[in-house]
Amino acid sequence: MPTQIPHVSYLELGDRPHLVAHECVACGARFFDRRNACANCFGTEFRKAMVATEGVLRAFTIVAFAAPGVPVPFVAGIVDCAGTSVRANVINVDPTPEKVALGMKVRLTTYSLGVDDEGVEAVGFGFEPAP
Amino acid sequence: MASDDIWILGIAMTKFGKHSDKDIVDLGAEAVMAALTDAGISMREIGVLAAGNLMGGGGFGQMLQKQVGQTGIPVYNVTNACATGATALRTAIMAVRAGEVKFGLAVGAEKLAGAGLLGGGGSAKKDGNKWEPKGRFGSVAPTDGRIGTDTMPGTFAQVGMEYGHKYGGVSFELFARISEKNHAHSVLNPMAAYQKRFTLDEIMNDMMISYPNTRPMCSANCDGAAAAVVCSGETLKSLSPEQQRRAIKVTASVLTTDPYQEACQVLPDVNTLTRNAAKIAYEQAGVAPSDLDLVELHDCFATAELVHYDNLMLCPEGSAADFFDSGATWRTGSTPVNVSGGLQSKGHPIAATGIANVWEICHHLRNEAGSRQIVGAKVGLAHVIGLGSACGVHILERSGR
Ligand SMILES: [Zn+2]
Repeated sequence: MPTQIPHVSYLELGDRPHLVAHECVACGARFFDRRNACANCFGTEFRKAMVATEGVLRAFTIVAFAAPGVPVPFVAGIVDCAGTSVRANVINVDPTPEKVALGMKVRLTTYSLGVDDEGVEAVGFGFEPAP
Repeated sequence: MASDDIWILGIAMTKFGKHSDKDIVDLGAEAVMAALTDAGISMREIGVLAAGNLMGGGGFGQMLQKQVGQTGIPVYNVTNACATGATALRTAIMAVRAGEVKFGLAVGAEKLAGAGLLGGGGSAKKDGNKWEPKGRFGSVAPTDGRIGTDTMPGTFAQVGMEYGHKYGGVSFELFARISEKNHAHSVLNPMAAYQKRFTLDEIMNDMMISYPNTRPMCSANCDGAAAAVVCSGETLKSLSPEQQRRAIKVTASVLTTDPYQEACQVLPDVNTLTRNAAKIAYEQAGVAPSDLDLVELHDCFATAELVHYDNLMLCPEGSAADFFDSGATWRTGSTPVNVSGGLQSKGHPIAATGIANVWEICHHLRNEAGSRQIVGAKVGLAHVIGLGSACGVHILERSGR
């Protein structure tokens, strides 16, 4: 019986949590969901690839108005992880334009989404400012 | 006129805004009747109907026929996100160009007033549940708000910020000034949902939706419809001198989707497909960006307008901020952009937008735009983009007769 479950299947937990992608063997394009053929080269062979856990914030927005049930404000962004673009929230930072900057260095971190009736904890990921 | 040219014979839009007493069929019918009158023909002559509606229940084209004339012609019900209207127009144009019909009718209608925030959502985990992986990403809980944002204002905010990261020169204030321009333009457009000029301070201090987009920097959800009648040059030759005089030539009609780009899996790439569509369109029309007398582009958010200056090659690559700062895109500038007020003030009834922006261009090319007329306008470009993505670009020229 596992005690933890990742928020999404492309998050691998353990001692060093990281994201994994389906990488096209032919061209190296990476996808976080399943593909029948590569969107870039139509290749059909994929392998698992570990995504770098540090990156640079390439785009962000501070969401102040969201769907019901989504806590605001929060920072949504795109992180360039050594050439692989990752969609994530920027967490452990004040969600203000003064504290979040384009080009800032960030690193992957995890947090608890809560525990279900069977005692299993769901674990999510975000990126936090890196020194 | 060459026989295989495509012409807009008639075109019309309803006023955009809140039409609480009308449904999408009423709105679509109003636009169709006006477009037919403008064209000087009736439903009897129409050989194909391409009908765009995104948020309704489907079968819009057939409902419309029952409202304005059932002649048994083929109907193509079209949806293509915010490019739905442009896709309907392109469908009618393809049918005419293929020689299958003499006259094609395209229409787009939408009811969106009071729709609120578009995109995003997903239900929270219910009590007594067990974490269960679901969907393509095997997620045990909603991802919107936890792994980025699904909202449109947030998505397009990132599009603008990404441009800033790549080229520099952007700021909250710059984006707000783009919105200031469009709202200032709207004051001259009686068809716009909102005709209110805002000061820069008012825009920047309004409710923040998704930084750097405040409420006036977002497209206005509203109701509306637009319709167009198209025919070939061959057909136009057989029509009256007055019909020939007012017809507007479609010198380019292009629809693209987003080709694979590394980051498009995580943030929609609205740039590459727009640039591709623009390149093909300029080539088809045989014009350069500097030949354009006005442009209506898809300013669904202030952050989007900036990147499309670059994507449509109105400025050298990377210099959209400087281009805007030069005043070029104000109605008094060298390349007036969104003199209608754009989606931020004219409004964005999704399926109507792609035909309404063509209407705006035609209105100027026919010298019928009244107080907002761009004097001497000969060539204009209309652009829309729907997330997913689809991009429509049409270049229009006045007949010169
Ligand atoms: Zn590949």
